Amino acid sequence: MSDAPSSQRITKRPGDDPLLVVENLKTHFHIDAGVVRAVDGVSFKLDRGKTLGIVGESGSGKTVLSRSVMRLNIAENVETAGSVKYDGVELLGKSNKEMRDYWGVEMAMVFQDPMTSLNPVVKVGRQLTEHVRYHLNTSKKEARLAAIELLRSVKIPEPESRFDVYPHEMSGGMRQRVCIASALACGPKMLFADEPTTALDVTVQHQILNLLQQAQQDRFMTMIMVTHDLGVVAGRTDDIAVMYAGKIVEKAPTRTLFAQMKHPYTQALLQSIPRASNPKHTRLSAISGRPPDLINPPSGCKFSPRCPYAQDKCYEVEPELKADTTPGHEFACHFPVGTPEGDAAFEANMAAGKPQTLAAAGKLAATEDLVTGGAV
Amino acid sequence: MAGSGKAHLRPESETILRVEDLHVEFPVGGGRTVYAVSGISFDIAKGETLGLVGESGCGKSTTGRAILQLPRPTRGSVKLGGEDLMAMDGEKMRQKRTDLQMIFQDPISSLNPRRMVGEVVAEPLEVWGPHDADEQWKIVSNMLDNVGIDPDVARYKRAHEFSGGQCQRISIARALVMEPELIICDEPVSALDVSVQAQILNMLEDLKAQYGLTLVFIAHDLAVVKNISDRVAVMYLGKMCELSESDELYERPAHPYTSLLLGSTPIPDPLVNIHDVPEAEGELPSPISPPSGCRFRTRCPYADEICERVEPQMRKISDDHYVACHHPLVEAEEVAVSFD
Repeated sequence: MSDAPSSQRITKRPGDDPLLVVENLKTHFHIDAGVVRAVDGVSFKLDRGKTLGIVGESGSGKTVLSRSVMRLNIAENVETAGSVKYDGVELLGKSNKEMRDYWGVEMAMVFQDPMTSLNPVVKVGRQLTEHVRYHLNTSKKEARLAAIELLRSVKIPEPESRFDVYPHEMSGGMRQRVCIASALACGPKMLFADEPTTALDVTVQHQILNLLQQAQQDRFMTMIMVTHDLGVVAGRTDDIAVMYAGKIVEKAPTRTLFAQMKHPYTQALLQSIPRASNPKHTRLSAISGRPPDLINPPSGCKFSPRCPYAQDKCYEVEPELKADTTPGHEFACHFPVGTPEGDAAFEANMAAGKPQTLAAAGKLAATEDLVTGGAV
Repeated sequence: MAGSGKAHLRPESETILRVEDLHVEFPVGGGRTVYAVSGISFDIAKGETLGLVGESGCGKSTTGRAILQLPRPTRGSVKLGGEDLMAMDGEKMRQKRTDLQMIFQDPISSLNPRRMVGEVVAEPLEVWGPHDADEQWKIVSNMLDNVGIDPDVARYKRAHEFSGGQCQRISIARALVMEPELIICDEPVSALDVSVQAQILNMLEDLKAQYGLTLVFIAHDLAVVKNISDRVAVMYLGKMCELSESDELYERPAHPYTSLLLGSTPIPDPLVNIHDVPEAEGELPSPISPPSGCRFRTRCPYADEICERVEPQMRKISDDHYVACHHPLVEAEEVAVSFD
């Protein structure tokens, strides 16, 4: 959206195609118990220089989605279908060898756990220069200088001496800075940040998020930020996609999403977050039930068993992701929040005494097995 | 502390737990010592929830465990209902532990994977009675019901058959069967998804009202702590920075560290300008050789020479609001008085 953070400084070059076009992407894992539909038909476009936040709870498919786009989950039991076009080139079907020309130089990823995403027995310097030397064909000396410059750019003090230390000699925040430096080393056009700050303390989180945003603006990168925390993406993304059970249930420019959310899941997610601005002992609006089983997902809308608005239609017909009146706002719901139909559905459920609706209204304690039926 | 001092302690008759001058130190070899907790004092009144917040390594979990004498603190006193736990021998402490229970961060690994839920929750009764199986099951099933788990369904199941949130409910039921005087909750919702987290927080509030529970609630998420706590203590590198009634603390943070923490907390609102918030300077110093004077001074924007020399003491700045800082962001009461 036009007044969001990064677009204030970056003007989109006219006529440019979106950098990333994902169409009907499906990633299914075949395991003994059945087929896990981790990502089940996701489509979105991402313009150059924009930041997309992907939000969802554990098991919603947000991490698998970003890994599928980067082709990082290639294994015998993984079935990927659909289309991922990066800069006009189809990535699905590319081999690992072909993908090497993309990883690092075109797209890079910062992972959640800085403790395990660096090799513990290799010095930081080599981890930062290995791919630089491979892709950019530089000498050892040049790569070293570039790496030190990178360490400095991610605000690591005394980068010259840090070049020769092992990861365990650094704190978690420092290691995440090294991971970011490593991801930026070959100058990728697109950066995936998969829960980059979840393992970090709140003050460090603030530093790292600022750093990522700075890097994105300086380098005109396109970024996908995956997180479970709506607070992390609220002020730092242009658009947000909310995922539930392997699908995008709502996608909108950030401010529109917060101001005029249409999907009951988005609303419930936002309302269940405790806020420091509320007085103590404020009753939280909890969502009943728990995320669905992705092997045997519920029929109809996947959120329907937990949804305070659900009507008969929701249990049978799965709603399509469709555009709202606000540009860029899409949602998949039969009875959207804040519409006459939605209000009527909520009232009807209240009158009928549906537990998940009563819980949403704060009249009943929400539990996990209240409505999922046979969860225990 | 951040500083020492006991200005914030209330008369002993009003509280059930009183911790004074608690020190926990761990030898780490080479003659070095980790000063995990260095002289903190606090008290809790009956039915109150005290939140302990701080970043990793600030000693909040160590403090929680030190109350339970796990391990025994190095120095100081921990009095529960007037009795000094530090002076008790092993057997007396074992008996006293029925009054103290703990809920851990990782709900799944804190339940024995090989035992059935019915047994896990009944275990404390197995030791302390009643020993009659029917009576035990009556207590256990009632408690499981209270935490939102169907007792008849859960009885013969094992931990892996439940989700993280359900396991946490079971852990809470296990902590409650002994009807303890004090429950230490060590990051009980950090491992849970936000929707489940809200369920558990609401439930803890309900149980607190129902059983008159007294809680020490340890967490790193300031919004979560505020939601559940009556009073909040902010810790930094083994010291206490600030202690206050919750609403007051969040509205008028007096310690620069509290203010930094609050500013760094992400707010789920795109209209909040995150770039106005200053970033933390540098890194947490090592608890092996903590800075002299105020331990926060190496990262504090207001630090000067006095912070290096003199450790600030806890002092009152308003009703039930205490801070250990030479340059509090809110003018201290004594100072205001002396200017009159």
